[in-house]
Amino acid sequence: MLQAEALAAIRGERLVLRDVSFTLRPGEALAVRGPNGAGKSTLLRLLAGLMRPAAGRLLWGGKDALDDPPLHARRLAYLGHQDAVKAGLTGAENLRFAARVSGGSVAQALALMELSALADLPVRLYSAGQKRRLALARVALSKAPLWLLDEPSNGLDAAAAASLGRLIEAQRERGGMVIAASHLPLALERAGELVLG
Amino acid sequence: MLAALIGREIRLALRHGADSVAAVLFFLVVSVLSPLAISPSPAVLARLAGGIVWVAALLASLLPLERLFGADYDDGSLDQLLLSGLSPLAVAAGKTAAHWLLTGLPLLVAAGPIAIMLRLDPGRVAVLLEGLLPGTLTLSLIGAAGAALVLGARRGAMLLPLLVLPLATPVLIFGTAAVAQDHPRAELLLLAALLAAALPLCPLAAGAGLKAAAGS
Repeated sequence: MLQAEALAAIRGERLVLRDVSFTLRPGEALAVRGPNGAGKSTLLRLLAGLMRPAAGRLLWGGKDALDDPPLHARRLAYLGHQDAVKAGLTGAENLRFAARVSGGSVAQALALMELSALADLPVRLYSAGQKRRLALARVALSKAPLWLLDEPSNGLDAAAAASLGRLIEAQRERGGMVIAASHLPLALERAGELVLG
Repeated sequence: MLAALIGREIRLALRHGADSVAAVLFFLVVSVLSPLAISPSPAVLARLAGGIVWVAALLASLLPLERLFGADYDDGSLDQLLLSGLSPLAVAAGKTAAHWLLTGLPLLVAAGPIAIMLRLDPGRVAVLLEGLLPGTLTLSLIGAAGAALVLGARRGAMLLPLLVLPLATPVLIFGTAAVAQDHPRAELLLLAALLAAALPLCPLAAGAGLKAAAGS
């Protein structure tokens, strides 16, 4: 169970988040909404342990989650607003390091995002939407209980958005948690909502 | 997992071949140009060869530093590395090891033939390489720490040599002194001592720099 208690964040002397509290149980999803600059990405970086909160606490199963950042990192998969893929490597090679970390199957993850045909092509030749799908395939590799997705549907076509929906459903059925930030309405069924800004 | 990280770096470097070859080519070109600027006389060159090789190696190892963490920082890969379950220190150590394998080691291989071309006394070539081995390792460690500390700063590329070169002076002093001595044991031991100090301290500083860059 993930609990945020009155989280606050400061970026460049500006208070971007204040008093953010929520509770997320296994199988639940949370849609973080708000206009550009409302602090959605900052909140996800904070939940990932990449940033330290200026105030408040983040609890995992009742204990402070940020006490041991590498341990917290193993509990989560993070999709940033950047795709974090290398243009010179092929799709499959891009996932290899993540597969080593999580122990998942690269071929299976690529199939889930319908990238199997492009697996051996350098990412340089991918379109923006295909790169986003590859980044999502890296999340699909992970068996981590918590998924943090920053604008996951950016650049996706209708078919890929449907794959993303199935991915999130499967994660929730396993008892995993999903937190997705988007400035557009995202097709998350039975999800809690957190409005920022 | 550290091995997987180093493997990833090497695969990337092989794919972007030009980046890794550039440092060695720079080293070769600087060494070959120096006799044109100084004097082609074998007597003069023999005295200066050690210094030329050391300065060229120092400058060449600076070249790939800006992209060492910069490329991963720009495309979001750094976040993924920091969330891989490795500590920031381990990420920094893995990247440093990759930098040495891709820059320091090729320089070490090229240094012998270059020194002979510059008419260094053949008996001293071994001493030069014995000094360059801990020397290039220390330069990679200091360089990676500097690269991580300027990460995310504006004008980082300009700041980096100003930060790293002064820290590298002891390595340069003892490295060149070793080549000039008839009994270089003390200088070589001092180079090893510098490496022993840099080995724990530099990845620690680099790890802190990476964490600060991700959290800003």
